Formats: sequence, structure tokens, C-alpha cells
Amino acid sequence: MQSFQDIIFRLKQYWAERGCIIQEPYDVEVGAGTMCPETFLRVLGPQPYRVAYVQPSRRPADGRYGDNPNRLFKHSQLQVILKPSPDDVIEQYLSSLEAIGIDLRKHDIKFEEDNWEAPTLGAWGIGWQVMLDGLEITQFTYFQQCGGIALDVVPAELTYGLERLTAFLQVRDSVYDIEWTKGFTYRDVRYLDELQYSVYNFEMADIPTLWKLFELHEAEAARLLAAYDPKSPDKARFPLLPAYDQVLKCSNLFNTLDARGTISVSERQAVIQRVRKLAVGVAEAWNDQQQPVAQEVAQ
Amino acid sequence: MSLPFLLEIGTEEIPDWMIPHALETLRDLFERLAIPHESVRLDATPRRLVLRAEGLPERLADTEERILGPAKSAPAQAVAGFARKHGVTPQDLSIESTPKGEYYSFLKKVEGRHSRDILSESLPGLILQIYFPKTMFWTVKGGPRFIRPIRWLVALLGNDIVPFELAGVRSGALTSGHRRLGSREIAVTTADYEHRLRDHYVILSAAERRKKISDELAGVRVKPDAALLETLVYLTEYPTPITGSFDAPFLELPQEVLITVMRHHQKYFSVEDADGKLAAQFVAVMNIPGDPEGFVRRGNERVLRARFNDARFFWETDQKKKLADRKQDLAHITLPKLGSYLEKAGRTVALVKELGGDAHAVRAAELAKCDLTTELVKEFTELQGVVGGLYARAQGEPEPVWEAIYDHYKPESMDDSIPRHLTGQIVALADKIDTLRGCFRVGLIPTGSSDPFALRRAAQGVVKILVEGGIPAPLRTFLGGDIKLEEFVLDRIRYYFKDIRGFRYDEINAVLASGWDNLVDVEERLTAIQAVRPTENFEPLAASFKRIRNILRQAQFAGGGSIDATLFEAGPEVDLYHDFERVRKAAAAQAYQPALETIASLRPKVDLFFDKVLVNAPDPRIRENRLTLLSTLLAEFSTIADFSEIVTNS
Repeated sequence: MQSFQDIIFRLKQYWAERGCIIQEPYDVEVGAGTMCPETFLRVLGPQPYRVAYVQPSRRPADGRYGDNPNRLFKHSQLQVILKPSPDDVIEQYLSSLEAIGIDLRKHDIKFEEDNWEAPTLGAWGIGWQVMLDGLEITQFTYFQQCGGIALDVVPAELTYGLERLTAFLQVRDSVYDIEWTKGFTYRDVRYLDELQYSVYNFEMADIPTLWKLFELHEAEAARLLAAYDPKSPDKARFPLLPAYDQVLKCSNLFNTLDARGTISVSERQAVIQRVRKLAVGVAEAWNDQQQPVAQEVAQ
Repeated sequence: MSLPFLLEIGTEEIPDWMIPHALETLRDLFERLAIPHESVRLDATPRRLVLRAEGLPERLADTEERILGPAKSAPAQAVAGFARKHGVTPQDLSIESTPKGEYYSFLKKVEGRHSRDILSESLPGLILQIYFPKTMFWTVKGGPRFIRPIRWLVALLGNDIVPFELAGVRSGALTSGHRRLGSREIAVTTADYEHRLRDHYVILSAAERRKKISDELAGVRVKPDAALLETLVYLTEYPTPITGSFDAPFLELPQEVLITVMRHHQKYFSVEDADGKLAAQFVAVMNIPGDPEGFVRRGNERVLRARFNDARFFWETDQKKKLADRKQDLAHITLPKLGSYLEKAGRTVALVKELGGDAHAVRAAELAKCDLTTELVKEFTELQGVVGGLYARAQGEPEPVWEAIYDHYKPESMDDSIPRHLTGQIVALADKIDTLRGCFRVGLIPTGSSDPFALRRAAQGVVKILVEGGIPAPLRTFLGGDIKLEEFVLDRIRYYFKDIRGFRYDEINAVLASGWDNLVDVEERLTAIQAVRPTENFEPLAASFKRIRNILRQAQFAGGGSIDATLFEAGPEVDLYHDFERVRKAAAAQAYQPALETIASLRPKVDLFFDKVLVNAPDPRIRENRLTLLSTLLAEFSTIADFSEIVTNS
């Protein structure tokens, strides 16, 4: 039987063999692998890029105190970006499933329409949820827009739900029963994360403090963005990556506040717009930063 | 020579629901090329759109085009120049007479083009014109757009490839089989195409896939679901149904929840036992020919178990807080511009009272939206209303109350039934009328195909409930005098009576012109008109009424005066007046249909009047009196319908 980590190793190896940079998880909390700079910023502009990484993704509202066998506050996504998307991208994806031992002649695979959208990132794409014997195992997206910018080159994004995939392969009804590695279950490794973050997010997080933090991070991101000068000959050293970290902080705080049910529907829309504005600002500045400074200005 | 044509657009998986319409536009686009052919046939799977035609000519027929040159009077030099330009001598020209005069002309022979050239030139543009509701680009910004990436193209005319290139893909004679059971590259001809696909686990014909699923389900008591079947037909290239089961204790959950999970979330058919009750089984449709080792069945069973466990968890959690205790939570659910659901509930209750709803209806209106705060509805939004009804039942609300909550989104379409009893009908009406009034007030009015608040459905629901529930409520009063809303609802009323009920449009116009406040009454009047229409006097009378209307209009007669019987001449005029008095009294005491028959009996007298009597009499008093007679007659008999709206042959 393949362990959770075996599956991760094999998938990383598979994509490494197809020219991907293997990255480690990003060190700021995110709700999805898409939000990491390795995806959000790298899909912008014309430069080719190929990367794969496992990203622990936090969804405060999905926490269930470790009680629900299928729902997790923090799950692990394997995120693959192929830019530009190769013509045989689906073929390559299906072969990756075979690489972890799924015989697709004996299993039912379907591509069901599912167009992904992340309003806080100004990002959307066209694609499918990939169903394996009735289980959604992957979100497959052709990015069309990111940070409000129509993309120059269309990347394919593959997001594997690693816990589900492992539960499928190990034939486990509960995520907590999957074997992480010999002698350790998922429960042994992650149960306390699930319990304690659920308690914090649903019961103990101090809402005024979270709002204060939100505003501090928002202000810091806004301050930096206002200081970015596209005409500066030194623009390449301008800290847009740190500015983007501030946006990620805002996004996670928003998700935590949202999980508490303290944001009304109309307010929710307004906060999403605030985060989106920053994300779009970073994307636009980043796009500009990749271009050389215009001649007449540099001289 | 007559040639077969094959076009296969090979793509990544196209959303199932878009495929049938895409094929229709592909057919139209092909017909527009105007290449003669004997037959066309369209097929599709999720990964291919296919057009096959028979009997195309290798070359289109030659045609002739007459080109006009200089006028007959033109100098010889000009004539010679015209001839030279077309490669002939002046002797080859003829003289053509036109309305403008005589001209030199020349019959130009246009050589018919090769079908292959026309196709080769048109296909790239034609393919990109196929209609899809949402398209994407997959190469670079500004690149071609299609529903999903195009990966291969087969284009054959007879034995030849029709050469073209689209999005970096060159047309050829290689198709592709099932993703895992077939080859990636399969050489085909127009003759063996469908067979070759079958060898590679692709059943090209949707009808055949549909039949395969149905045939293999024989013996299983599947709950019929044509829409789901269609989805699965276009989600697979080689469909095979399998039956799985779930633990019987899940059957304690409401059927509605179980079916929604199976139907909407897993695309499974549900199964009934011999008594018609839900069985602990389901049918999934795979995209492979078999599951001898049971992998697919067990996988689907596990997924369903997890989903049912979730649903049970939500069901039990939600029970901890009664619907009635959730009312205040509605203050937190708001719609942009429209306020909170708590406010909506308040307005709905008021409307229910105005509509004459009883205490049960008021209670149901108070609770109707509370299920929006439950976990189960957050998870399965399509079960809103239903879940509220189920919770209300579990929490001991009286039957009329929980049933009204359960039904209050009905009818969800024109095929759906209205709420099962008056209490539910009143609540559903109030909810929909409030939505309509609220949206129109703040300018959220549907335009074209954009109707985000489903206002057409709401208005259609109002019409259907009023008519089919037999509720004589004054509709216009409830629309609050909003002209735009009245027009919007009138459109729905016309649609309902014409397209759903089959009344003729002129009958509907005639009846609506006499008022539409009470739709039950509208229906009665329509039924009466429909019944009387074929009788011999009716249409001629309608024609006479139209004549009366025209006479009054031409005379710019305002009416208002009273009839002076002493001014009538003996004969047809007095006869018409007396008959009018008789008919007026008789019809007033009658139901619509006999009243219409009575009115129609006036016809001979009206005809005679127009035959013998001059309305425009020289004496203005007599003329005035005659016009008064006619306008009184028209007004008196237009309360059931405005007959002048009836389209007649006479």
C-alpha cells in the first residue's frame, strides 16, 4: 500500500520528470495553492513556467473539530502549473494518476464542467472537476484571468486533493485513518491541528483583534503599492513580493472572520472588494516590474 | 461525381448541456455554405462534434452572369474597350433591354468552384462560429476561442483530406479513440469512421448511447429522469450503468435529501422497490464497458456513504435550533438593494393577509425563509423550501403550515405543479409578488436573457397559481400600479394562455382588452369565446363590431349621450334597437357562453342595419342618435371581450 507521503513523492517525481520546478509549500497561510506567488504571480506575463508543490490550504469555515471524516480545516493540495499548457496536458494528467497506481481502464474517469473563480484574487478560469469513480479528485483549470489581468499565455492548473486521493487509494472511509507513513496515521499527525484551529476559529478568535490585524495588513499593502514607481530605474528591487504577503494575510483574516459568521452578506461583498483591489494592484505592478523601464525614462 | 463529407472537431471534454445546441448551429452554418448535398447528419460525444453529409458534388455547377456594358448609343471605342476587358470581341456582345434603356451586355460564364476549395476556405471560420454560451482561449491572449481546446480535426471529402489549419491544428484523417481504451491516433475514411470509433470504445450516436443505458437498466426499477439520462449520454463515450447500494438506515433521512445527493451531486439515478418506495440502491453510469472487479461500484458507494453522512450530520445539527427560533437570523441575510430576508418575511406576511390568507398561511409566511440559515440548505441550496417544510413537520407545525413552506417555491417551471393547497398557494403568491414588486421598484428589471432574480419564473408562477388555483384575487391591485411590472406580467399572462393553454392570440387580446384584474374570470371568458367562436354568427358579428369601431373612430364620436328612441326610423333601425334591448337584458342574466351566444344572435339585425341604414344621415340629430346607438351597443357588449380584436376572414 502506498502511504500518503509515497503518493506525494511519486507525483512530485512524475512532474519533476516533465520539467517542473519542485517547490516547497509557501510559508504564509493561504486558502488554496493558487494563492501562492508561485502561481498567482508566475502565471502573469509571457515567460514560460512549470512548477509543482504541495500546499497546506486553510479553510477556516470547513473546520469540524476533527469529527467529520471528510472535511478539514487544513488540507493538502498538490498544485501544478504548466505554462503554456502543453497540447497533451490531459494525457499527462491521466498518466500521473497511473503513476500512483490507478488503472484507468478499470476505473471511471469523467471531466465535469466546473469553471473556477476566486473573486478575492480577480482570477477565473475554465475547466473541470475530475471525477474518479464518483469522487472529485482534481480541479483542472485553464486560467483566463488573474489579478484582473487577461493572461498573455494560458497556463493549465492542476490541483490534486491529496487526502481524498489517498483515502481512495488506501480504501479508507475517514481521512483520519489514512496512513501517512508506516506507523503513523493522518490522525496522529493532524488531529490536533483540526481540533485546535476549529476551537480558535469558531470560539476563541477575538473578532475586534482580527479586524484590527486585517486593517494593519491592508494598510501596509496599500502603503507599499502607493510607493511603487513604474518609472524608477530601480523598480526591480521594489518589494512587491512582501506586499503580496500582506494581501495573503488579509485574505486569511477575512476567511477566519467569515467562518465566524460575523460578516453580513453586503459587508462581505465590500471586504472581498477591498482584498481584490490589493491583489489586482500587486498583479498590475508585478506585470510592470517584469518589463524593462521604458527607454526615454531610463536615459 | 457525388462525394461523402466528414468533419470531426476533436476537443477536450465539452460541457454536456451545451452539445445539442452546438450541433444545431453547426448544421445551420454548414447549410449556409450552400454546397448541394443529399443529407446531413450530426453526432457528438463529449470529445467530438461530427458533421457527415452525403452527395456533395466534386465541383459546383457552372453559372452564368450577365454583365451590362456601355449604352447602345455609346461610341464604338467604349464598346470595344468593354469587350476587350472581358476577353471577347464586340461581335460577342448582345443588346439588353432594361427599364433604363438598351445596353451592350455580355454573358459571363462563371466556373463552378470545387467543393473542397470552398470547404477548405470556410471551415476554420465556420468552426469558430459554432455557438457556445461561454468560450475560452487556450493558446495565447487574442488566440482563437472555442468551448474547450481543439486537439484534432478530421476533414474528408471522398478520399481526400480537406486541408486547413485552426489554432495550430492541421486537418487530417486521424481521429482519436476513448481516452484510455482506444488508440490516440486512428486512421479513418468516410466509410469506416463510425466502425473504427466503435472498435476504440466510442459510440458516436447519442441515440445509441441512450439506448445502451436504457437497455442495460432493464429489470432495475429506476426512477425515470430524462434530463439526467441526457446529461449522462453527453458525458460519456461508452456508457455502462452499474447498480450500487447504500446502508438501509440512511433511508430514515428524508427522501428529498437522499435523491438530491444522488441526482444533483453524484449524477446517480435513484431506485424504487416494488411498492414504489425509495430503495437503498442507486445506478451510476460509467464511461467504460464493465466493472468486473467491482472497483467502480465500491468507489461510488464510498463516496455516497460520505455524502449521506454529511447530510445526516447537517440534519441532526439543524434540529438543535427550531425554525421559529431562526427568524431573527434572517436579519443577517441580505440581498443587495433589497434589504434583509427578515424584512421580506414581514412584507410577505402583510401580503398574505391582504390576499385573505388564514392563520396557517401567516405562520408559514413567517417561517418560509428560515431554512436559509440551516446547514442543510447551505449545502444543498436546491432544497430551499423543501428543507424548511421538512423541519417544520419534524418540529410539530400543523400540516397546512409545513406543506405551505415546503411548496412555496412552486411552481419552479411551467411543467411543475402549483402548491398543493390554498394555504401554500397564498404563501407562494405573496412571496413571488413581493419579489417582483421589490425588484421592479429598485430597477432590477430583466433584460434579454439576463434575469438573475428569476423574475420571469416568479411572474409565470403568479399567473399559474391564480388561474389553476382558481384564486380570484385582484392581480393589478397587487402589482401596486407599477406600469412596467404590469406590462411584464401581461406578457407572462399572454404566454401562459397561448403557449401553455393553447388559446388563440386574438382571443387572448380580445379578452384581455376587456380587463385582466381577475385571471380566473379571464380564463372563463376565454373558454366561452373559444366555445362560441365556431358558431355561424360569431365571426361575422365580430367583423361588424370592427366596422362599428371604425365608423365611430372616423366620426371622432366621443359618445356619452343617451339614445332618443323617438328619432329612430321604422324598419331595420328600430328593429336593431329593440333587439339590442332584448339581448342586453337576456345576456346580463346569463353566464359567459350563453351570453355570447345571445349577443351573436344580434348579427342578422346588425347586418340589416348596415345594409339599409345610412349612419351619416344629413340631419345631424339623427346622425348623432345613430352613432350613440352604435357606441352603446359596442360598450355594452365589450365587457366579456373586445370583439373587434378577433381576426376574421370576412
